[in-house]
Amino acid sequence: MQDTLANLKRGEHAIIKDVSSIHIPLKLLEMGCLPGNSVELVQLAPFQDPMYLNINGSHLAIRKETASHILIEKIV
Amino acid sequence: MSKQINVALIGNPNTGKTSVFNALTGLNQKVGNYPGITVEKKEGICKLPRGVKAHIIDLPGTYSLNASSLDENVVIELLLNKNDKDFPDIAVVVSDVENLKRNLLLFTQIKDLEIPTLLVINMSDRMNYKGISLDIDYLEEHLKTKIALISTRKNLGIDNLKTLIANYKDISIEPCLNASEIDKEYFDNLRKAFPNQLLYKLWLVITQDVNFGKTDRKEIDAVANFKTKSKSDLKRLQQKETIKRYQFINNVLKVGQTIDASQAKDLRSKLDRVLTHKVWGYVIFFFILLTIFQAIYDWSSIPMDFIDSSFASLSEWTKNQLPKGAFTSLLAEGIIPGLGGIVIFIPQIAFLFLFIAVLEESGYMSRVVFLMDRIMRRFGLSGKSVVPLISGTACAIPAIMATRNIESWKERLITILVTPFTTCSARLPVYLIIIALVIPDGRFFGLGYQALTLMLLYLLGFGTAIISAYILNKVLKIKSKTFFVVEMPNYKLPLFKNVALTVVEKTKSFVFGAGKIILAISIILWFLASYGPGEDFNNAENIIKTEYASQQLSNDELQQHIASYKLEHSFIGITGRAIEPAIRPLGYDWKIGIAIVSSFAAREVFVGTLATIYSVGSDEEETIKNRMAGEVNPILGGPLFTFASGVSLLLFYAFAMQCMSTLAVVKRETNTWKWPILQLVIMSGFAYIVALIAFQFLK
Repeated sequence: MQDTLANLKRGEHAIIKDVSSIHIPLKLLEMGCLPGNSVELVQLAPFQDPMYLNINGSHLAIRKETASHILIEKIV
Repeated sequence: MSKQINVALIGNPNTGKTSVFNALTGLNQKVGNYPGITVEKKEGICKLPRGVKAHIIDLPGTYSLNASSLDENVVIELLLNKNDKDFPDIAVVVSDVENLKRNLLLFTQIKDLEIPTLLVINMSDRMNYKGISLDIDYLEEHLKTKIALISTRKNLGIDNLKTLIANYKDISIEPCLNASEIDKEYFDNLRKAFPNQLLYKLWLVITQDVNFGKTDRKEIDAVANFKTKSKSDLKRLQQKETIKRYQFINNVLKVGQTIDASQAKDLRSKLDRVLTHKVWGYVIFFFILLTIFQAIYDWSSIPMDFIDSSFASLSEWTKNQLPKGAFTSLLAEGIIPGLGGIVIFIPQIAFLFLFIAVLEESGYMSRVVFLMDRIMRRFGLSGKSVVPLISGTACAIPAIMATRNIESWKERLITILVTPFTTCSARLPVYLIIIALVIPDGRFFGLGYQALTLMLLYLLGFGTAIISAYILNKVLKIKSKTFFVVEMPNYKLPLFKNVALTVVEKTKSFVFGAGKIILAISIILWFLASYGPGEDFNNAENIIKTEYASQQLSNDELQQHIASYKLEHSFIGITGRAIEPAIRPLGYDWKIGIAIVSSFAAREVFVGTLATIYSVGSDEEETIKNRMAGEVNPILGGPLFTFASGVSLLLFYAFAMQCMSTLAVVKRETNTWKWPILQLVIMSGFAYIVALIAFQFLK
């Protein structure tokens, strides 16, 4: 089973593998959330949601639900 | 035609685009609306070298040309319509040095439209600090443009930018990428069907749902019919396009930009750790709000007292200096007190706008959105609803427009419906004067009772908004996808110039907007209060003289009785007393009733109305507050504004929907009268019931 962005822990880095285009708004892609780009979890909001990410140098926050449609591979 | 260049400023949000606009135009700017829609249009004039003038438009911030809101539509509508009088001779894309990669996406899109496009890289003063270095020559060559490296904060590079704009004809209009590469067959067909059109423009017309102006309409319709692809296929292609653009950008930046991460000093993560902390984050947010309310009270009391007494003297002076007559009386008793009722609140409203501008500019507002999303979602709202709810404390109208960036329709609709509960600045005058009258002047742990009451009223507004949202979330059966993407910009020290311009602009439009209504209403009220039908009004002097003949009254006392008798039998007195039965259970007299009715034009009219009604027939120089304090309850005796009637009035204003402009905006944003009418009926009905209970319980 592949890892999704929703499982990323604080401080962990990963590479985006695939995004399911039906569930992901174009806007998120335009902000750099594309296969091949790097992603880091900067911080989780209280109650573990939303997630504050650094994607490809852009800092943005998305909800866990959206993150679960983004497949990643963690960098150890 | 004079030599005037049309310049369009375009850029991602948070790049300092507005600072660039302010740096170029200074005070030569005006803010209006795009015709027919409520999107703010900022334009200004800038003098360039060699006597050339530039007409600059600051377009709404957008991440790309794929529009997903009304504001973003404005950008692409302008760029695609060559016949628009504002169509740019040159597009200036403002980017910031730390997010160059993402900013360049929009740049390459605009470049593909074959408009001369200049790249501005702002915040260059932060490059060392972030360990970034750029190879400008390389970037200029590969992005096929000129680059202006500037810092609006340090005021660097602005003159160079002006020169580059003046020489816009030197900028290449060659596109960066080839759009057809994302699907060769499809684009070849497209090219065959419309040989004279720019390919990328056609692609945008097909994928975007926007209005392109009448002249273009015909051919555009034909293009729209060309849709041989399904929506999801188109979206896939858009995704492909985005990936392709990023590949290009990544390749260019690989050489043109070096980032030495070890050089970067990270203020962001340190501040974020505290400001978005699960406990401290909320504590800090609460203290910031508390400070704002305390400041609104303490800092503005001196200018307010000054304005209040100045208007009272002005009114008195007018009365003494001008010859007696209808005009003098209209001026001294109608217009001056009416205007005084609004001018007095300028200090407080300016402070409120100041704080909101600072919160937005510093980047803190995004942290609040992040912090609140999970909680707000429980109530059917989005973290982004926090921004409308906070800016609703200034005015519900821009707040409702600020809901446009909420991705889910249901969350957005609920936000629109509950935003009018937040305490807007128009309620502030009403609250302040009533609090001053009925809440004692003590202190509790260093915080004034009056400031605390105001804070409570604000919390009541938020609380009601949240609870109504919760109910609406259960009641409304709307299915919509919920997306949530919010940029977390860098922390920035707000620029004084930006904040000052915002405060001046917003305060001005508040005062003039409200001023017009207040002026009109105070003239009407003065007329209605100064004239009346029948024997009772026209013969008031004789009636009172006969009635009090047996008592030894001084002339002054007699005049007072005559004046109040006249007022009671004037047009306004008759109307007021007709509605009095409905509002008496709430603890109000007919004068307050008139003020409430006129408040439906705009809430802030309340104080001006009372000021006008009370000043008609009174000769003394008095402040509005003293006049109100002197009012006597006609039935119960004693002062009219007691704790009970005051609280009842505060609650009525907290809940009632009394703003025609807000109703109009809600209609426009939801495209139906259903929601505004529902707001009007439910909110005002609820206000009546709560005020009734409060008065009956407290009296």
